[in-house]
Amino acid sequence: MNTITIPDFNQTIPIDKIGVEERVSRLNKRSIKKESKMQALKLALSMIDLTTLEGKDSEGKVIQMCRKARVPHASRPDLPSVAAVCVYPTMVATAKKALEGTNINVASVSTAFPSGMAPRQVKLDDTRFAVDQGADEIDMVISRGEFLKGNYNYIFDEIAEIKEACGDAHLKVILETGELETYENVRKASDIAMYAGADFIKTSTGKISPAATQPVTLVMLEAIRDFYRDTGIMVGMKPAGGIRKAKQSLQYLVLVKETLGAAWLTPEWYRFGASSLTNDLLMQIIKQDTGVYQNPDYFSED
Amino acid sequence: MPDRIEVLKTYKTYVGGNFPRSESGRTYPVNNRDGENIANACRCTRKDVRDAVGTARSAFGGWSSRSAYNRGQILYRIAEMLEGRKDQFTEELEKAGLKRKDALREVELSIDRLIYFAGWTDKYPQVFGTVNPVASSHFNFSSPEATGVVGIILDDSSNLLSLISTMAPVIAGGNVCVVIAPEKQPLSAISFGEVLHASDVPGGVVNILSGFRDEVIDTLSGHMNVNAVLNTVDNPEVRKLIDENASISVKRVKHLPVESWSDESLENPYLIIDFQETKTTWHPVGV
Repeated sequence: MNTITIPDFNQTIPIDKIGVEERVSRLNKRSIKKESKMQALKLALSMIDLTTLEGKDSEGKVIQMCRKARVPHASRPDLPSVAAVCVYPTMVATAKKALEGTNINVASVSTAFPSGMAPRQVKLDDTRFAVDQGADEIDMVISRGEFLKGNYNYIFDEIAEIKEACGDAHLKVILETGELETYENVRKASDIAMYAGADFIKTSTGKISPAATQPVTLVMLEAIRDFYRDTGIMVGMKPAGGIRKAKQSLQYLVLVKETLGAAWLTPEWYRFGASSLTNDLLMQIIKQDTGVYQNPDYFSED
Repeated sequence: MPDRIEVLKTYKTYVGGNFPRSESGRTYPVNNRDGENIANACRCTRKDVRDAVGTARSAFGGWSSRSAYNRGQILYRIAEMLEGRKDQFTEELEKAGLKRKDALREVELSIDRLIYFAGWTDKYPQVFGTVNPVASSHFNFSSPEATGVVGIILDDSSNLLSLISTMAPVIAGGNVCVVIAPEKQPLSAISFGEVLHASDVPGGVVNILSGFRDEVIDTLSGHMNVNAVLNTVDNPEVRKLIDENASISVKRVKHLPVESWSDESLENPYLIIDFQETKTTWHPVGV
């Protein structure tokens, strides 16, 4: 049954930096108009992980955000709701309750998010707590320090153990690409995460700049494609942080379509980790319908 | 030696303190009164308008919260900078076909008008603010406050003075603006961007676009993020379009058809008040 051979992670897969960036800039020039644009905007809206990860988060704020997740724009109840909300573990129960009766998932960050600087046991407890509270998805961070030291087995074991602790919950692995320095490292971290059992790979915590960029996303998408070819297992992708404009989100969707194909263009396999993107998508959708550019004052913040 | 081919300048737009070209990359030739081609200007699109409005909006908070005194200083500074570049502007107006005497007069009037409105910044709230008698034990007062982003649409009746006469009262009152330069003679208006850039006006407070009016008026007057429109085009169809578009977000609209921009009646503080909202405060007293 288990025929997957785990590659030697000490081997580096070379990445053509210029090639990646050229390809991204070429795909960015693709023009999406009219009906297909409208479709793409609605699709992007349905792929959002509406996120609040601040030290000042309160139950009130989480409940408010969950309301926005159900009905992103009150005057347009026909628009799709978002895919999930993403909160800290202590807010999972609140979010779960606020989203009762919907199919919006609750995702929880864990493993000492955002730094990941905690002992293994603490990270496992953190994850189990979130799952017990009812989280459907777990967003874990990898230990970037260990990774950069070349301690790849450590990362692999860490992810595998967290995956086990997740039980039925989906596991998203945050690589924090802004700290990995090179595309080769991004590729390697993606491979490690996928072979260790990740259901999703995610670019960033959103706490480090640069967060998600399109070239990094392309490298990760190619890693997913190669993993699928080798093992037949589909892994999802979630760029997070820094995606604020509807136009950017459409460019990301083009990257997915061109790299992985239409099978990945569903909220099940592709997500955007964002909060302010939601309103820009709404503004663009309303603009397409009414023909006039919109004012952010008319859209609820949470 | 062959005759030299003159290099025609392409005048770029002024948005957010920078000089970008139109996102479309399009330009159109600008001719002088004799029909000779003297330069090129950017032919802006609705997307340029959208970007400029966004930029203006983000500059609004900072500009409107500056002290009135400071705004006055900055307006005065624009006048100083324009005085220093009087020759350049006179020459440019001459190139466009004005007589030297008229060109010089237009520039001088522009400078004077800036100084006129610079003086009003910290005075109009006192003149137009009121203390209101009320029946309860409250101290009740009203004061004018900036409305927000103002779209200014200029006709072809003047090259520079129309821009100054409309922009100065708008920004003196703490508003920010997106200006559509005169279509046929946009050069002086756009060069004025260079003056703004060199003075202390924060980027985004004044944004100047050039192009075909018919292509941009609809977007500018319909944009939900624009709070008011000042229109100088005296054409019933244009007025109707603006009025209808403005009704969507209940914008303030001021139609200001002007026969002669040198008319002294344009030096009047009511032009500031046209773009102000009245805020009334009830303050309990004597309890």
